[in-house]
Amino acid sequence: MKRHPWLLALTLSGTLALSACNGGQGGDSDEILIGEFGSLTGTTATFGISTRNGIDMAIEEVNAAGGVLGRQVRVIVEDNQGRPEEAQTVVTKLITSDQVVAVLGEVASSRTLAAAPVAQQNGIPLITPASTNPGVTEVGDYIFRVCFIDPFQGLVMAKFAFNTLQVRNVAILRDIRNDYSVGLADVFIENFTQMGGRIVADESYSEGDTDFSAQLTSLRASNPDAIFIPGYYTEVALIARQARGLGMNMPLMGGDGWDSPRLTEIGGAALNNSYFSNHYSVEDPSPAIQNFVSAYQAKYGETPDALAALGYDAAKILFDAIERAGSTEPEAIRDALAQTEGFPGVTGSITIDEDRNAVKPAVVLRVVDGTLQYVETIAP
Amino acid sequence: METFLQQLINGISQGSAYALIALGYTMVYGVLRLINFAHGDVYMVGAFAGFYIANSDIVQGTLGTGVAAAIVVMLGSMAVCAVLGMLIERFAYRPSRGASRFALPFWLGILGASLGQMIGGNPVALGIGVLAGVVVGIALERAGLRPVTKSSHLSLLITAIGVSLFLENGGQLAFGADPKFFPEIIPTANWQLGPLRIDSQRATVLIVALLLMAGLTFIVNYTKTGKAMRAVSFNLDAAKLMGINTDRIIAFTFALGSALAAAGGILVSLLYPRIDPLMGIMPGLKAFVAAVLGGIGSIPGAMIGGLIIGMAEVMAVGYGQSTYRDAIAFVILVLILLLKPSGIMGKGITEKV
Repeated sequence: MKRHPWLLALTLSGTLALSACNGGQGGDSDEILIGEFGSLTGTTATFGISTRNGIDMAIEEVNAAGGVLGRQVRVIVEDNQGRPEEAQTVVTKLITSDQVVAVLGEVASSRTLAAAPVAQQNGIPLITPASTNPGVTEVGDYIFRVCFIDPFQGLVMAKFAFNTLQVRNVAILRDIRNDYSVGLADVFIENFTQMGGRIVADESYSEGDTDFSAQLTSLRASNPDAIFIPGYYTEVALIARQARGLGMNMPLMGGDGWDSPRLTEIGGAALNNSYFSNHYSVEDPSPAIQNFVSAYQAKYGETPDALAALGYDAAKILFDAIERAGSTEPEAIRDALAQTEGFPGVTGSITIDEDRNAVKPAVVLRVVDGTLQYVETIAP
Repeated sequence: METFLQQLINGISQGSAYALIALGYTMVYGVLRLINFAHGDVYMVGAFAGFYIANSDIVQGTLGTGVAAAIVVMLGSMAVCAVLGMLIERFAYRPSRGASRFALPFWLGILGASLGQMIGGNPVALGIGVLAGVVVGIALERAGLRPVTKSSHLSLLITAIGVSLFLENGGQLAFGADPKFFPEIIPTANWQLGPLRIDSQRATVLIVALLLMAGLTFIVNYTKTGKAMRAVSFNLDAAKLMGINTDRIIAFTFALGSALAAAGGILVSLLYPRIDPLMGIMPGLKAFVAAVLGGIGSIPGAMIGGLIIGMAEVMAVGYGQSTYRDAIAFVILVLILLLKPSGIMGKGITEKV
């Protein structure tokens, strides 16, 4: 270093220049700035994209109708590439550099859990559209959600397996590194065994794995009547294909992590005879849902999955709260959010309880040749 | 017992994919004494080349699915990767091998570009990354590396890592970072062999991998080029003195190794149809472990090493914890380095100092 002090100088200036590229951009003071973070790329890319589509649609509608408090709403979207550490970074950026008044985001519980403490510490309300892990809203009083939580989803699938499918011996295949998957599996096991069912095997995998033949071969040896796989669509579709390849034709069950247009594209016929719990069904004839579905189809050319509907609801609930608060002060928004009651969302009537969770029913869907058929609604 | 035999089949099909990648590592190491860390990424490019060929109008329109389509996809992707392998050798390794003073700045520039792309995600950051990389490269080369370049493999190794990052980040730019799904070019069928199940994809992987390994053994042992490869591997300078065009043989080795990696990419995509630009990292590392386990530089060793790693992984998941899947290969690496560093089939080599 003594001989080449310019080397250090050059490296330093390079680093500085790099960081300068991401400088802050102040908003127009007339606009209400909200932040959004999601997995627009990565193994759960459709989660982020659907959510963004739903939020964009809500913003377009509210702006066309004159905005919120007479001001236009603008959203700043950040991609976290499906990585929790990246989620934390982008939310810090949204809050400290872009100075948004509220943050919408993340489907995956592990990513919301990584980002929520940042919002809590800065006193900025964060609404997650679809993170169902109970721990998410326990982070603090600024964290809300517009979906049901894992204990409810696990209970729904346990009831469904026991009462509707009438199976008694169920095997579990969970994503061991995913808070959502582990939580759902635990609650399912607790409720299913309480009802009198038996868990005959409990195996695991990790997100990003592609080969599941070893776990499935072990599961097969225990002869289950059905397999509960509370994972995300990419792995679930591959698991379904490999399970059928090993001659395992029993029903497969899961949660809302299955919900993606890609699920049946990858899994194809292997997913027939599969069921999962979800936030809403496009087959529901209620006008609120049918209007949403047709508007979405007109805009994006595809059927909205539940995550699009939840993104839409999350944004609408936020606008409703800002409107009721009468200001964009984060604290006032927080208080108004906490008082949300009976909000008529696409995914059902939403009431925020004292733990900042949404209380609402779930539906069970069946996969039939690439389409999702409504089976039943299970109320809280 | 039935479960165990089924796990054995699972392990062999997983292992034969590792073996195909490991062959490329071991062949390049044999002729150049270089761990080609970009090899796992060539495997990724192979999978993507196959993906685009399989989805092209020609294949979709005229061949549909079936053996003919599969052969076209496989050969097309192998050809693409063979050319890619030769390009990498020509533009990345050959200049470094000749101890050119441009090689290190060039590849550090690319490394900088990749980092710039990752951190900033815009053309300005990319440009600054290139500049910073080139400057650091020139500085490093002047300050420290120039004296050692000619005698060490360090700059080649750095180059290899640069190429690897280039392919990973370039892949994300070119193909997009979200996963793609490989079409089903071999129609699915299931067969029951006594208590065991095997599907058409798994059977294809086994048969094609065996054929390719047999073909490689034939080329290396019974053709003139193969003889030249063995000579170059034995002693590069002596081979040159005997009139062998060593640059051509090295390029051919890269082409052959890359074509095998491409075949591995296609076969794995048949079994596990999710592909993304970072898919080569883990299999690449594991295949490297397989090559070391078998004895790096030894072709039959790479095959055996690949099968052992695949088998160990499946057994670790089937009878232990799924979280040990990635750990097991590296535990094996540590053990083999402690107990028998030359590997199963490797000969003890005395390093010339």
